[in-house]
Amino acid sequence: MKFSESWLRSFVNPTISGDAFSHLLTMAGLEVEEEESVAPSFDKVVVAQVLEVAKHPDADRLNVCRVDTGSGAPQQIVCGAPNVAAGLKVPCALPGAILPGNFTIKIAKVRGVESSGMLCSAKELGIAEDASGLLVLPADAPVGEDIRAFLDLDDRLLTLKLTPNRADCLSLSGVAREVAALTNTPVRYPVVKEAPVGSTKQRQIILDAGRACPLYCGRVVTGVDAKAATPDWMKRRLERSGIRSISALVDITNYVMLELGQPLHAFDNSTLDGAIHARMARAGEQILLLNDQTLDLEDDVLLIADDKRPLAMAGIMGGKGSGISLDTTEMFLESAFFAPKAIAGRARRYGFVSDASHRFERGVDFGGTRGALERATRLILEICGGQAGPLCEATAALPARHHIRLRPARVAKVLGVCFSLEQIGELLARLDLVFNRDGDDLMVTPPSYRFDIEIEEDLIEEIARLYGYDNIPATAPRATLSMLPQGEDARPLSRIRQILADRGFQEVVNFAFVEEAWESDFMANAAPIRLANPIASQMSVMRSTLIGGLLANVVTNLKRKQNRVRVFETGRCFFRDTPGTPVNGFKQPWKLAGLAYGSALPEQWGTVSRTVDFFDIKGEVETLLAPAVARFEKATHPALHPGRSAHVMVDGKNIGFVGELHPQWLHKYDLPLPPVLFELDLSAVKISKLPNYNEVSRQPPAIRDLAIVVDQALELQHVLDGMTANRPAIIQDIRLFDVYTGKGITPGEKSLAFRIVMQDTQKTLQDVEVDAAVQQLIHYLQQTFAAQLRV
Amino acid sequence: MQNLDQLAQDAAAAFAATDDPDALEQIKARFLGKSGQITDLLKGMAKLSPDERKATGALINRAKEAIEAALNARREAIRHRALEARLGEESLDVTLPGRSESRGGLHPVTRTLERIEALFRSIGFEVADGPEIEADFQNFTALNTPEDHPARSMHDTFYLLDDNGKVAQDILLRTHTSPIQVRYMQEHVAKYAHLDTMPEIRIIAPGRVYRVDSDATHSPMFHQVEGLWIGESVSFADLKGVVADFLRRFFESDDLQVRFRPSFFPFTEPSAEIDVAFISGPLKGRWLEIAGCGMVHPNVLHHVGIDPEKYIGFAFGMGPDRLTMLRYGVNDLRLFFDGDLRFLRQFV
Repeated sequence: MKFSESWLRSFVNPTISGDAFSHLLTMAGLEVEEEESVAPSFDKVVVAQVLEVAKHPDADRLNVCRVDTGSGAPQQIVCGAPNVAAGLKVPCALPGAILPGNFTIKIAKVRGVESSGMLCSAKELGIAEDASGLLVLPADAPVGEDIRAFLDLDDRLLTLKLTPNRADCLSLSGVAREVAALTNTPVRYPVVKEAPVGSTKQRQIILDAGRACPLYCGRVVTGVDAKAATPDWMKRRLERSGIRSISALVDITNYVMLELGQPLHAFDNSTLDGAIHARMARAGEQILLLNDQTLDLEDDVLLIADDKRPLAMAGIMGGKGSGISLDTTEMFLESAFFAPKAIAGRARRYGFVSDASHRFERGVDFGGTRGALERATRLILEICGGQAGPLCEATAALPARHHIRLRPARVAKVLGVCFSLEQIGELLARLDLVFNRDGDDLMVTPPSYRFDIEIEEDLIEEIARLYGYDNIPATAPRATLSMLPQGEDARPLSRIRQILADRGFQEVVNFAFVEEAWESDFMANAAPIRLANPIASQMSVMRSTLIGGLLANVVTNLKRKQNRVRVFETGRCFFRDTPGTPVNGFKQPWKLAGLAYGSALPEQWGTVSRTVDFFDIKGEVETLLAPAVARFEKATHPALHPGRSAHVMVDGKNIGFVGELHPQWLHKYDLPLPPVLFELDLSAVKISKLPNYNEVSRQPPAIRDLAIVVDQALELQHVLDGMTANRPAIIQDIRLFDVYTGKGITPGEKSLAFRIVMQDTQKTLQDVEVDAAVQQLIHYLQQTFAAQLRV
Repeated sequence: MQNLDQLAQDAAAAFAATDDPDALEQIKARFLGKSGQITDLLKGMAKLSPDERKATGALINRAKEAIEAALNARREAIRHRALEARLGEESLDVTLPGRSESRGGLHPVTRTLERIEALFRSIGFEVADGPEIEADFQNFTALNTPEDHPARSMHDTFYLLDDNGKVAQDILLRTHTSPIQVRYMQEHVAKYAHLDTMPEIRIIAPGRVYRVDSDATHSPMFHQVEGLWIGESVSFADLKGVVADFLRRFFESDDLQVRFRPSFFPFTEPSAEIDVAFISGPLKGRWLEIAGCGMVHPNVLHHVGIDPEKYIGFAFGMGPDRLTMLRYGVNDLRLFFDGDLRFLRQFV
C-alpha cells in the first residue's frame, strides 16, 4: 500500500512527522517498508509566467525572455528550452536558488546577455525524468508562489507492507483511522453524501450467488463525458500512490478505491443486456479479460454477468467488451461486497493479481459499499458531467458480527500486564470499537471493516498494539523445573559429528531433492519419490541416499582445485512405506554418510603420498562405531565397486555400507580417482553401550606368533571366526598383524600372521600349556582350512 | 722424583692427544695398566727400605691420582664432544609441518543450531525432531492456516506425486518446523492424559524446511528453529523476556537492541515480528528482521487437544541460516548449500 503522506494528512494530521511517524506506523504493525521524498531539496523556485520571448542575438538555440516571477518588475532570463513560449507558466529558479546536484543559480551573462534566473524542466527540479523541455504548469497557477507549495513537493511517499489481516488499511481512510487511534488525533473522513439523481434509468440486479456476493449496488449514469480531463490534484494523488492516470472515469474508480478501500467497476451500459447477475461460473465457461487473457473458468469462480454473457470475474477483473472506453456515454457503476472466501486464490490460480482481488480476498468494508458508490457518482458528475440514475441494490446475508466477550483477567494472562476495565475501554474506543459492559467484562462488536477480529485474543492483540508492544515488559521466565533425561546408552548427534570433524571430515548440507539419475545410478531406484512441483529437473526427486550430494561436492571442489576432499552429511533419506506407516506412508530415517577423495593424508613432505583406499575408510567407520565392533560382509551395491564394498553389520543388523565408488560412475561423474564412501543408519551409530567392568588379570600374558599359508580367496573373517570359536580357553585375543603374498608363497595363496595372547586370570601359564594351546589352534587350522604352518 | 711429575705431565699430554675413546683406554694402559709405568714403579719399590718405600709410595700415588684425574677429565670431554656431535647430527628443521590428518569442521549452520540448542537447554528446553515429508494437517490445518491460504499453493509449497503420478494433496514437504510442535503436543497430551494437569511443554524444534523459492536470498531448502512453551501461566511478557535473552546471549551482546512489533501469523495471536539492531559492527543501527513469534492461537491448542482456557503459551520461529550470516558476516545464503571447502573450512 503506497500513498502520499500529505493526502493522509488531509484526513488526520498528528503533530509527529518524518521518521517518528514512520516508526509509529511500523510499531503498530503497519510496517513502513519504504519512504521517499517526492522531490529532492531545493529552494527559491517559484511559479513564473513567460511574458515575451525574443531570439538571443548571438545564439540560435537560446531565447531571451521577459518573465514575471511575482517580484513586481519582469526579469530578463535566457532560456534554451524548445517549448518556451509567451504566456506559459513554468517554474523559475531565482538568483540564489540551489537546485538538486548543488547547482547554484546566479545572475550571469549568457553569451553576453544578462540572465536573472533559470526556467526549469521537471528533471532539473529532480521530480521527473523529463528533460525535453520546461515543466509547463497549469494556466491558473499563481505567479510568485513557491513551487514546492504549489506542487506539494514536500510530500513524502510511504509504502506499507501490510500483513494479510489488515485489509482495513488498504485505503487512505483506513490508515487515517489507525493513525487517529494511535495518536489520539481527530480524524475527518471524506464526505460521503448521496449523489443527486437526475435520471430514472436503472438496471435490475439479481444475486444468484448470495453467499459469494451478499451485497451489490449499482447505478446507471447517462450523458457522461469520458474524455473529460482528470483534475491535477486527483492525478497527482493517484500517481503518488503508484497508479497511472488513464481516463477520468477509470481514475475516479481508482481514486475512490484508494480513498475508501472499495474497489469499483465501471461497465459501458450500452454493452449490457438485461439484468446484472452475480452468479457462479458454469464449468467450461470462458471469459476474455481486460488484460487480453482468455480463461476457462471453474465453477467456483464468481462472475458478474448479464442475461447473455459473463461480464467480469467478480472482484478480480473486468471482461473485455463490457468495460468503459473513451467513447462511453452511458455507464453502469458497480460497488459490491464479495465474500473473501469466494475470491481468495482465484486470481492466483490463473496467474495474476489485481488491486481489486487483493482487497476482496482479504475483506472489504461491507458497511461502506453504498457510500463508495455515492462518492464515486458525485465525482463523476463533477468531473465528467451526466445524470445519475437511482442507486439499485440487492442484498443477501452479510457476514455476521458477533459480540466477543473480553475479560480483563484474560488480557492480563495473555499479555502479562494488568489493565483496568476503564483502560481497556479507553483503548477500544480509540479504535472506534463498539462495546458494552457486562459485569466485569466487555462485550465488543467488531466493525464491518475488520475481518481479523473474531475471538478474545484478537481483541487482546488490538489492546497490546495500541498500548505498544514496547511498553509490555520483558520478564524473566519462571517455571517448575525438572531435569531432562540424559541417556548414556545413546550418543548425541553433535558428538558423532564432532568425531568425524576431528578425523578430517568437513560437514556439508546438501539438498534433499536430487537428480533422478542419482537415484537410479546409486540406489538402482527406478521409482523415486517425485515432487509435483520441483523448481528444477535436477531437484525433482527425494533422495534415498546421501552419497549423490557428496559426490557432487567432490566435483564442485575439484573444479575449484581442491584435490583432496573429505566430507560428511547427516540428514533424512526418504523411502516409500505402506500407507500410514510410520509417518504419512514414508520412512524418513536419518542417515550419516562420509566420503574421502584424493590423497590418504593431507599433502605433505613426511610420508609417502598415496590415494585413499577402502581400508582407510573402513578404519574410519570402525573408529566411529567403537566401542561397538562391526563386522564387514562383502556386498554388492549399485553405487560401489563389487569387489571393494561391504555391508556394515552391528549385532547382526545391517546398518549401512562402505566401499569404493563403482568404476562405471567415475567416468560419468567426471572423477579422475575413485572416492571411498560410507553410509550408515544414524540411529545405529548413536547406540553406545554402557561400559561393563571385567576384572583385569594380574598374571603376565604369554604371547606367541603364528603364521599360516591358506588359499588367497579365503576371507580373514572366516578364519578368525573359526579360530575364536574353537580356541582353548586360555587364549584371550587373536590378532592379525601381517598379510603377505609374493616371494616364498605359492601364487594363489597368502600368508596370514596372527599374534596369540594367552592368559589365565588365576595362575601363571606354563610353557607346556601355552604350546599345547597353540598346537590345538594349528591343528584346527590345518583340518579346517588346509592351512600350512609357515616357518 | 722429578721424573714422576714428568710422567704425570706426559700422561696428560698423551690423553689430550686423542679424541677416540678406545685409543684413550690403550694410552691409559701405558701408564696404569698391568705393565704400565706406574705399575712398574710400584713394583720397583720392593727393593727400597721401609722409610724410602713410604716416601716414594706417597709420591707415586700422588702421580697415579693425577694421571687418573687427567684420564677421567679426558673421558668426560670425549663423551661430551660425542654427545654434542650427535645432537648436531640429529637436529631437525622444526619449522617443517607436522604429520597428521588435518581437522575437518562442522557446517556453520550446525554451529549455530548447536549454540541455539545449548542456550535453550540451559533453561530447560528439550530438542524435538519430526518428519520432513509431512501431512497437510500437521503443517497447515492444525496451525490454523485457512483452506485457501496462499502458503498452501503449489507456488509456495512442494507437494509430492502419488504412485499414479497425480499430486498427492495432503502430502508435502514441511514449510516450517511447526509441525514438529504439533506432533510433540499431540504426543504430550496423550502421554499425560491421566493427569489433572499436564507438565509444561518446553521444546525447540530445529530442522530443514522447504519452500518453492530460489534466488540470491532464498533457497528452496533452508533451516528453521522454532520454540514452544506451553503452561498454565506463560505470557507475552515472558515471550519477550525469553527471546530477548536468547538473542543477547546468541550474539554475545548485552546491549543488542531488540524490538517486538505487531505482525500476523495464522498460528499465533497476538503475533509479533522481532527485529534486532547492533550497536557496533558493519550492521550497526539498522533494524534487522530476525524472527516471528506470538502467543499460540487457541485454535492450534484446540486442534491438538489442549484446553486454551487452562493452558497458554508462546511460540517463536527463526532462521538459523540468517542468524549464521549475521553472526559470521556471511553475505550469500547460497554458500551454505554449495559444499565449497574453501568456504566451509573457515568454520573449523
